[in-house]
Amino acid sequence: MADTPRTIHELSAAFTKGAASPVAVAEAYLARIGALDERVGAFLTVTRDAALAAARASEARYRAGAPLSPIDGAPIALKDVFCTAGVRTTCGSKILEHFVPPYDATMVDRLRRAGAVILGKTNMDEFAMGSSTEHSGFQLTRNPWDLTRVPGGSSGGSAAAVAGGLAAGSFGTDTGGSVRQPAAFCGIVGFKPTYGRISRYGLIAFASSLDHVAPFALDIVDAALLLGVTAGHDPLDATSVAAPVPDYVARLAGGVSGLRIGVPDEYFGTGLDPEVERSVRAAIDVLRDLGATVERVSLPSTEYGVATYYIVAPAEASSNLARYDGVKYGLRVPGGRDLIDMVSRTRAAGFGAEVKRRIMLGTYALSTGYYDAYYGQAQKVRTLVRREFEAAFARVDLLAAPTTPGVAFKHGEKADPLAMYMNDVYTIPASMTGLPAVSVPCGFSASGLPIGLQLIGRALDEPTLLRAAHAYEQATPWRGRVPELA
Amino acid sequence: MTISRQDVEHVARLARLALSESETARMREQLDGILAYIDTLRALDTAGVEPTSHAVPQVNVMRDDEQRPCLSQEAALANAPDRSDVFFRVPRIIED
Repeated sequence: MADTPRTIHELSAAFTKGAASPVAVAEAYLARIGALDERVGAFLTVTRDAALAAARASEARYRAGAPLSPIDGAPIALKDVFCTAGVRTTCGSKILEHFVPPYDATMVDRLRRAGAVILGKTNMDEFAMGSSTEHSGFQLTRNPWDLTRVPGGSSGGSAAAVAGGLAAGSFGTDTGGSVRQPAAFCGIVGFKPTYGRISRYGLIAFASSLDHVAPFALDIVDAALLLGVTAGHDPLDATSVAAPVPDYVARLAGGVSGLRIGVPDEYFGTGLDPEVERSVRAAIDVLRDLGATVERVSLPSTEYGVATYYIVAPAEASSNLARYDGVKYGLRVPGGRDLIDMVSRTRAAGFGAEVKRRIMLGTYALSTGYYDAYYGQAQKVRTLVRREFEAAFARVDLLAAPTTPGVAFKHGEKADPLAMYMNDVYTIPASMTGLPAVSVPCGFSASGLPIGLQLIGRALDEPTLLRAAHAYEQATPWRGRVPELA
Repeated sequence: MTISRQDVEHVARLARLALSESETARMREQLDGILAYIDTLRALDTAGVEPTSHAVPQVNVMRDDEQRPCLSQEAALANAPDRSDVFFRVPRIIED
């Protein structure tokens, strides 16, 4: 596919001119999945026939001069956390191995109405709990830059699909960093918009106050396009934001001149890989050279973020996952003495080790005698984190920091749960505060592994965030670098 | 260890998880490590701080109480592991 356009905006321009055909492009992606995904392991389900049908419909619209949107005909992959009508949706779990949703998630419906060609469903950590995709109930996903390493997680399949050229764009969910971290590990853009900006309806819930729908893209223009077609109020999600959706692409121009960018001291402490620090600091210098004002800020509660998150998220998960009881859908282990015995055996057999750990942790944190000490305290610390961000954003327009403390690690390297959790240290705060944040490629380690720059913006100020990310991307050579897979 | 075997068994019962002997032992060890880390939070002074339950301020969303289209009974039952007529079927919960 060396001479084929790779980004969604280039594809759509080529479709409009008649220089490329949505059907031929869909066939090329499906062929590439067929040839390479055995090695990458990005997809759990490939919806070949539906993709080709959607591509034919798209082609007819371009012929008639009436594409539905700027992403019409774009080949897109979806994390297997989004309900797709009639297409198996597993959430990476054996407990939902044969679950076929009767409806589409709102964001899936919006993608279809925009003319997207959905290629299939991608691998993930079970119930989105993990940072490596190794907790999938089904298969390992490999980082296209180094197949011995993880793609990050929990949305690792969607990240690997885009980095490996198996989809032009994709969607994941980011609860504590599950889109930004794999984007950094795979050398692509991962963009978590403000909480509530994209509807959560039809997204299989992990931690409802933290779950964000978020796109992966090859560049910022594509990220802006993917947000534009999926954002907006949804009466089916009570936490959906009612604010109007701006034209994100139209507002990318303008550069960073005059923008104030804060660099939080606490994001450059112990545990940060020196190679990552060098690349991120160099990226901040680029933003300064482009005309931004850079100043140090302090977010002292950062060190408490991981502990707070690992109370709040498991607590919400323990409640959300109570629905998997072997009665209404999903796995049932028969032969129980009574209903409770059947439910308990079903859940023990259907959930993997990490999911059980988090359900146990969350149930413990919510149980009588511990509620105030754990859950209550975590909610108060969440307030402290929020106040510190508010204070920072009174002085600066954006924050710049590393996305992750290190580069992609090897499969099996982080077997200790706590070591895995520490990977989220720089991404958790923007999840807990619901602030928009993007990871943009900002260089490579000496071993050739991608590094991500994280920019965090004010609530609903995606335009400023994307404008700065776009200016950085245009001024540096990292955009669109792809690994040699074929 | 701050968490006892009885604690783990109690929480597993609350969470409806039939853990094996070895799972219970491993769970106790891992939860103990995670809780020791999480306990750093308890030292933080949060007196007078309001809790935050959501990333953005939330208010109840109301709509008119009117009938709308919904899933058919057949679609709602299609994924059931066991059913009888239009019911979800479960192990007996009431004695004869």
